[in-house]
Amino acid sequence: MAHDSHPTAAPIARRAQALKDALDRKKLIPDGFIEDFTKLMEVDWDPANGARVVARAWVDPAYRELLLRDGTAACEQFGYTGPQGEYIVALENTPTLQNVIVCTLCSCTAWPVLGLPPDWYKSFEYRSRVVREARTVLREMGLDLPESVAIKVWDTTAETRFMVLPFRPAATEGWSEEKLASIVTKDVLIGVARPIVPT
Amino acid sequence: MDGIHDLGGTNGFGTVPHRINSLTYKPVFHEPWEHLAYGLLFLGADRLRTFNVDELRHAIERMEPRQYLAAPYYDRIVVGTASLYVEKGVLTQAELEELAGGAFPLARPQTEGRAAGSPRPHFEVGDEVVVTREFVRGHTRMPKYVRGKRGTIVHRTSVEWPFPDAAGHGREARRQPTYHVSFDARDLWGETAEVSAVVVDLWEGYLEKADE
Repeated sequence: MAHDSHPTAAPIARRAQALKDALDRKKLIPDGFIEDFTKLMEVDWDPANGARVVARAWVDPAYRELLLRDGTAACEQFGYTGPQGEYIVALENTPTLQNVIVCTLCSCTAWPVLGLPPDWYKSFEYRSRVVREARTVLREMGLDLPESVAIKVWDTTAETRFMVLPFRPAATEGWSEEKLASIVTKDVLIGVARPIVPT
Repeated sequence: MDGIHDLGGTNGFGTVPHRINSLTYKPVFHEPWEHLAYGLLFLGADRLRTFNVDELRHAIERMEPRQYLAAPYYDRIVVGTASLYVEKGVLTQAELEELAGGAFPLARPQTEGRAAGSPRPHFEVGDEVVVTREFVRGHTRMPKYVRGKRGTIVHRTSVEWPFPDAAGHGREARRQPTYHVSFDARDLWGETAEVSAVVVDLWEGYLEKADE
């Protein structure tokens, strides 16, 4: 529906390209800047990074203590730093507590350890509902928590970037860090899933 | 601002479009233009220093609400970023529309914002605090669902950041620590709350000490 203050816009692909071309025309985009930043987003910032942090915390009590005391320093040990990773706080789950992360105001996420936020995390559905009806939202997404598990939701409204430290499932004794990391998904790091041991 | 973006607790939205662990999250971008959104944002915020990320957040909040709701996420980033390049005098809307071959609606006009209050003693972990009952027209990072609510401080950041209500308007912004404030969910949502607590990360200037 047309509206006076809301003219029909050109397609977003053309508007995005127009913004780039306009800046390019003024020689404001340094050579390789977009390519390098895109590589960071597509390759370097990955939930596998957060998974390695979790796996290390599961096997190394001193590292776990550091992660819970100073998450930024713990992630730095792996080189996971950069924009949206300047102040990282890890939230410890227990069998009776599930921490869940959201950004109700926009989309803030710990990029270096979780990767860019997924589409569903940025959806109006998730942003509006999870602070209020998390149990239903998680159930709809496939995590049916018993009433004995309390849910704590963390709203990323400032500069702290959160990651969830899940508890280590039984039946993973003797696993290598690499194997442990393989069950820590992006959804686990956000807190909407728990690690699942394949049977 | 009490804008369309301040979604926490809003009723009416349906099922989150996701089943857990169903995605590999690769490729990261789904459309060939999407990477340009953050790329051109960080060009302006990080490299050229034309604007800061608080201003970007506020530019998106200033989108006409119907446009905000209808635009996909990276479209909103493009609109916010383009709006700032235009407001800062780097580009004009006319040249963007000429290059796009059609309309390029931008954010609605900027307001003044507000400065941070005077420095005062920090709060400590365990302190009971109340979120100020302020109705801010400009940028703020206090979601309205905690306005006037009482909570308990569980963490004070060891780093201080520019007060966003000023920084989001390009103003000089005094730095403050932020606090992770835990709210009993029943104080926010009554007996229908399905969470035990909601923890919100709030700048010092949004908080006052609670009465005993």
